Amino acid sequence: MAEEVKSPAPPPPEGEKQPTAEKPVAAAPAAPAKPAAPAKPAGPVPLPWTSPLVEKYRDQYGSGLDAQTYLGQNYLTVDRSLIPDILRLLRDEEQFDYCVDITAVHYPKREKQFDVVWILYSFARNERVRVKTQIADGASIPSSVSIWATANWLEREVYDMFGIQFDGHPDLKRILLPDGWKGHPLRKDYGILQQDNEWVQINLGIESGQ
Amino acid sequence: MSVHGNDRTNDVSNLELETPETPYLDANELIINMGPQHPATHGVLRVILKLDGEKVLGTECVIGYLHRGVEKIAENRTYTMFNPYVDRMDYVAAVSNGLGYCEAVEKLMNVEAPPRAQYIRVILTELNRMASHQLWLGTHALDIGAMTPLFYTFRDREEILKIFERYCGARLTTHAFRIGGCQYETYAGFERDVKNFLTFVAPKIDEYEELLTTNRIWLERTKNVGVISAADAVALGVTGPVLRASGVQWDLRKAQPYAAYSKFDFEIPTGENGDTYDRYLVRMAEMRQSLRIIEQAVNTIPEGPIMGKVPKVIKPPVGEIYHSIEAPKGELGYFIVSDGSTQPYRLRVRPPSFVNLQALDVMVRGLLVADVIAVIGTLDIVLGEVDR
Repeated sequence: MAEEVKSPAPPPPEGEKQPTAEKPVAAAPAAPAKPAAPAKPAGPVPLPWTSPLVEKYRDQYGSGLDAQTYLGQNYLTVDRSLIPDILRLLRDEEQFDYCVDITAVHYPKREKQFDVVWILYSFARNERVRVKTQIADGASIPSSVSIWATANWLEREVYDMFGIQFDGHPDLKRILLPDGWKGHPLRKDYGILQQDNEWVQINLGIESGQ
Repeated sequence: MSVHGNDRTNDVSNLELETPETPYLDANELIINMGPQHPATHGVLRVILKLDGEKVLGTECVIGYLHRGVEKIAENRTYTMFNPYVDRMDYVAAVSNGLGYCEAVEKLMNVEAPPRAQYIRVILTELNRMASHQLWLGTHALDIGAMTPLFYTFRDREEILKIFERYCGARLTTHAFRIGGCQYETYAGFERDVKNFLTFVAPKIDEYEELLTTNRIWLERTKNVGVISAADAVALGVTGPVLRASGVQWDLRKAQPYAAYSKFDFEIPTGENGDTYDRYLVRMAEMRQSLRIIEQAVNTIPEGPIMGKVPKVIKPPVGEIYHSIEAPKGELGYFIVSDGSTQPYRLRVRPPSFVNLQALDVMVRGLLVADVIAVIGTLDIVLGEVDR
């Protein structure tokens, strides 16, 4: 049985471990230490996810595909090179016809800095799945606009906020921030008070928007 | 009743993908701006219209005027501190935003709100759905030229806001829920107030319908205007009443029940043609279904605690979660990544208005300029949520 295949699954290749070096934690002064200890009811861990869907593709793609489940939610961690294939197969073969969301997470300490996440839903199965992949800063990723039309604005937002390029997107430009803005605010190295001073001065005629 | 799986979702969408605009215009073509300051765009939305006379050839939405960086703020606040911020996205349905956020964090922490809190949440959320739909109806009808419904709906929405005010002190941005349950027990007379409201408002909905449903001007302005097929709606990720009016019987309250919704008996109204008129009918029917849910909830509300076992300092374990609810506008989702600290490492909001607005272009091509206003109204967007 293919079960053995995923016995090496326990390695959590997940990005989640990374962010320990997150912030100076400008946390609330007193409380943390004491109540935190009982707060952890032996936190749940990601478990391997088995389903006919996973088995089918594991044979085909082998180690490029890792399937896990956490708190009852299933996700696939996919090698970047397999992304266009997997997304298309999920839509065409597995009826994941509704692309709920596309987003990204930034882990500056990691070699491949970005997690790109697709959240998919199937009306026929009433089931959700997340697809995740890791890419390096400056790397691009194939656009899925030709798979789900809704990806258009969602990818534009990811580009706007993280600076991730989507190859083949029909009109990849900023969506929430103004066109000439410099920087991508949801990167971790973009401070919360940071702004594009030059843009503000030229376009708003004021020294600072703060 | 089947929850999903309407076979119309299997239709193939033949959406034309956006073609890059040609840099020049034909002699009879014209480009005009609608907004960003325009009373019928419901906020600061700028729509660039490419016209041939009165006919719309294409549109482009320019958004972001209200961008406040809610997701960035979330990364710099604790889970508890961020809770009031979510009310400021879809500010006419603040209770729904709060419900989605609190449930997402609870799920991440693997705790559940006690039953009484769940019932209070359902009652307030459904009241808020009513209020949101009433506001939509009033402004949408006003855009199209019917002034009276605005006064009627605002008069009746006031009663809902009064209940909110008595419950938590705020009318609009309520911050009604806390992670783990509710902060406030219901006030003395809450149930009486809610029941009085139900008997008060049921005939009022008939009154709105009398004004509009068979009104000839209303029919002319809404029938076959802004049609979107089920397949296109699914491809564009459209959710909520807009999707249901196209004939897809899908509602997260039934498909993946949250809070206490699995305990109540209600229907998912759907339309057939996916036009502005059907969306109007669907929302009217939804108001009546909300009344049904509230009535059942208020009659069977259990006794007990209103706060679950949640530590004072919210510190979810390392992990990530996606949780979504059926907000009045569609699927409102929260994707939260926790690094085990008191602040979210990443918090993504999946806003229904943002995704639904993308369908505007498909819906208005070939229509007249005046219809664009009807379609913006029928999409029921709130720019605070589109821009975040």
